[in-house]
Amino acid sequence: MVSLLRNRGWLIGFIAAGVLFPFVLPNAYFLHILTLAFIWMIAVYGLNLLAGYTGYLSLAHAGFFAVGAYGLGLLTVKTGMNYWIALLLACVITSALGLVVGLVSLRTREHFFAIYTLCVGYIIYLIIDKWDSLTGGVRGLIGIPEPSNIGPISFQTPISQYYLIFAFLLLTILIMYRIVHSLTGRTFIAIRNSEDLARTLGISTMKNKLMVFVLTAFFAGLAGALYASFIRFIGPDIGYITIIFDLLTYLLVGGIGTLAGPIVGTFLIVALSQSLQFLQDYRMLIFGPLLTLLIIFYPRGIVGAYHDWRLKRKDAQRTRPQKEQEYFETEEETEKQVKEG
Amino acid sequence: MLMETKKLTKRFGGLTAVNDVDFTIEKGKINAIIGPNGAGKSTFFNLLSGTYIPSEGQVFYKGQDITKRPPDKIARLGVARTFQTNHLFEESTVLDNVIVGHRLRTSSNLWDAVFRTRRFKFEEKKCRDKAMEVLDFVELTHVMDEPAGSITQEEKKRVAFALALATDPEVVFLDEPTAGINPGETEGLASLMEKMVQRGITVCLIEHKMKMIMKLADKIMVLNYGEKIAEGTSEEIMNNQAVIEAYLGGGASA
Amino acid sequence: MDIFIQQVFNGLTIGSVYSLVALGLTLVYGILHIPNFAHGALYMLGAYITLTMMLLWGIHYWIAMAVSVLVVGLLGVLMDRLVFHPLRNAPPIHDKIAAIGILLFLEAFAQLIWGADYRTMETPYGQVVNLFGMTATTQRVLINIGAVVVMILLYVFLKKTYTGSTIIAMAQNREGASLVGINTSRVAMLTFMLSGGLAAVAASLSAPINLVFPGMGHLVILKAFVIIILGGMGSVPGAILGGYILGFTESLGATYISNDYKDIIAFLMLVIILSIKPKGLFSREGF
Repeated sequence: MVSLLRNRGWLIGFIAAGVLFPFVLPNAYFLHILTLAFIWMIAVYGLNLLAGYTGYLSLAHAGFFAVGAYGLGLLTVKTGMNYWIALLLACVITSALGLVVGLVSLRTREHFFAIYTLCVGYIIYLIIDKWDSLTGGVRGLIGIPEPSNIGPISFQTPISQYYLIFAFLLLTILIMYRIVHSLTGRTFIAIRNSEDLARTLGISTMKNKLMVFVLTAFFAGLAGALYASFIRFIGPDIGYITIIFDLLTYLLVGGIGTLAGPIVGTFLIVALSQSLQFLQDYRMLIFGPLLTLLIIFYPRGIVGAYHDWRLKRKDAQRTRPQKEQEYFETEEETEKQVKEG
Repeated sequence: MLMETKKLTKRFGGLTAVNDVDFTIEKGKINAIIGPNGAGKSTFFNLLSGTYIPSEGQVFYKGQDITKRPPDKIARLGVARTFQTNHLFEESTVLDNVIVGHRLRTSSNLWDAVFRTRRFKFEEKKCRDKAMEVLDFVELTHVMDEPAGSITQEEKKRVAFALALATDPEVVFLDEPTAGINPGETEGLASLMEKMVQRGITVCLIEHKMKMIMKLADKIMVLNYGEKIAEGTSEEIMNNQAVIEAYLGGGASA
Repeated sequence: MDIFIQQVFNGLTIGSVYSLVALGLTLVYGILHIPNFAHGALYMLGAYITLTMMLLWGIHYWIAMAVSVLVVGLLGVLMDRLVFHPLRNAPPIHDKIAAIGILLFLEAFAQLIWGADYRTMETPYGQVVNLFGMTATTQRVLINIGAVVVMILLYVFLKKTYTGSTIIAMAQNREGASLVGINTSRVAMLTFMLSGGLAAVAASLSAPINLVFPGMGHLVILKAFVIIILGGMGSVPGAILGGYILGFTESLGATYISNDYKDIIAFLMLVIILSIKPKGLFSREGF
């Protein structure tokens, strides 16, 4: 139980920090930035499941993010639909698109997959940009409503929106956590390790890959929809390839294929970007080389490097027979829960 | 007879890697395929396990035509295999590497994983128990919790065996199981194969180490340039003129 | 009919540029199996360097282009040594991400030095000529001629020189090449040099009829990827042919279908091709 607490420590710490933050530092600007960071984290978690755990680098996810955002925006603005129904529909639309794209793109591998998805992302961007009568083209879409009330709870204040999006993020993390620590998650990792081996182990790789792809499209769509109702104005830019590069940077810095990575990376880079405000458009002067150096020296990001360091330290100590369950992260829950259950 | 190929042929472009091969795999025995480098042995394996689709000919498993089935379906029928290279996930423990091997005998899905259903808990335990069982069988219980990257080459080969066994196979294909292993360790792996056969699992392997094969295999097929040049017991193979020529002529050491 | 001929010429012009960019990309892919996303940034830098030479020191167009080829070529070599060489044994996802990192850096760098404004490049070849009943600027004619000259030079280099043949050998069989004593690291550097140089030529030739800005490489590189998938990854004739095919398709599509959506044509083409043939049109990976 002690080790369980220790290994989940980062998560408990994160939840506590997230809940307490508005009380400790009631600063509207920070609140805004943090809420935005939470939205990115949701999208990064989606990307992580695909790129980190299943080994497929999708560059179409900025497109899916935009489809979620425009889905919600158009449904609420043009048809006046209830916010929550629109949110659900936006996610469903993105997932459906993910299904179609996944069905064909997942037959390709490695470089072909990356290039294929890059093109899909670009097509989505171009369509949003050029389909003036529907999307408003470069002028963008304005007047997207904030989340409507659920019973007595309203989401008009920044704080309530902060908590709403935080709740969505926690839900995302919970789902990811449970997937990764399950046979389903092991199946994804087996595919990442070697697709040929996975297939001879009786795993239907296409079915599993498609499942991940749709799921990650769903999370990209959710993040996009939340973004639209939070910023309340969207333009074609949110579907441009720079967004996917941003998401990748967050993921890589934090640690691809780790559960804490998306939080660490997104938070760090967003915080850094804010303190480097004076750099604005030039922040890539720092993040570009950072991304490249990381992939050369610390391919599993900050969280991965931390795990490696801990593993080495444990090796060096050699106090007792190693009983560490190192399953890409340190968590040992699968085993624990199975035993407890 | 557990598996059978009829006139099995595989062509890549203009190159015929496997040509017109009839072969039977005897149930409960150790079957071996030998031949010089580039003789088409691995291609033949890939045809049997469904990784490649044959250009011509058929593959039968227990009388059933499985020629065009995808590898995952063939695996579910009870056909397992190992690869020449280890595809182990090095950062993960040995046990964790093997657990996924039993995945094909479970049915829990994304829903079960997210909601931690009863089926999820039952099947997680089932796979873990299976992994422990096969690790015990291949005598690796002592390194079960070590990262797969830190164990010896021979132990890695055993993990690959365990992974194949975790699928509950009736026949296991071993692609050069003792490549890169010293003679003493080879003995150990050979007795492991015998142990598998005693358990009722049929073994079929590709091998270069002739001495070991001659001692171990109940039945041997020799491939050369994609064609079957001999088939039979070790004595028959050792006295076969075509085999001697293929090996001496090909320059490969016997 | 006049419009048609005009559009064919346009297609030829656009196709020439695409082919040159795709050639660089396909060479690197063929030899190192790296989809170099940063290639578009090399293209962009090629245009900026030529432009700067001409504006700052009043250097003649052709000389400026030669300098640009050299500088961008060396940059390619640098990229190989600093990034791709250390990553040669890493999982395939790594070099893609590293390439994206380089791309982001180079674009931000260009923006820092030259600003985000759209610029035009003036060349001495702005005059209009009449050819076979159509009108075109001399620059456009030069693009076509220049591209063909470069392609011929490249062909001669690859086929007729020893150094060139080592590139071909390595593209065909990496391990074999290293076994027969080819220094694969040197060939890799050489390939990046060529690749960067080709990008610089393409950019310098086409900049006068387009605009120069930090993001100018995006669309071009994406299309170059489409081309090399169309023509077979690593195939030199495929890159040339694919470039011209895309050039024609776009130029005719813009006239007869929709100018707004002409950029989508390339991507739709790729999506359709890969949907039918997941390993590309001329996959060599049948084994």
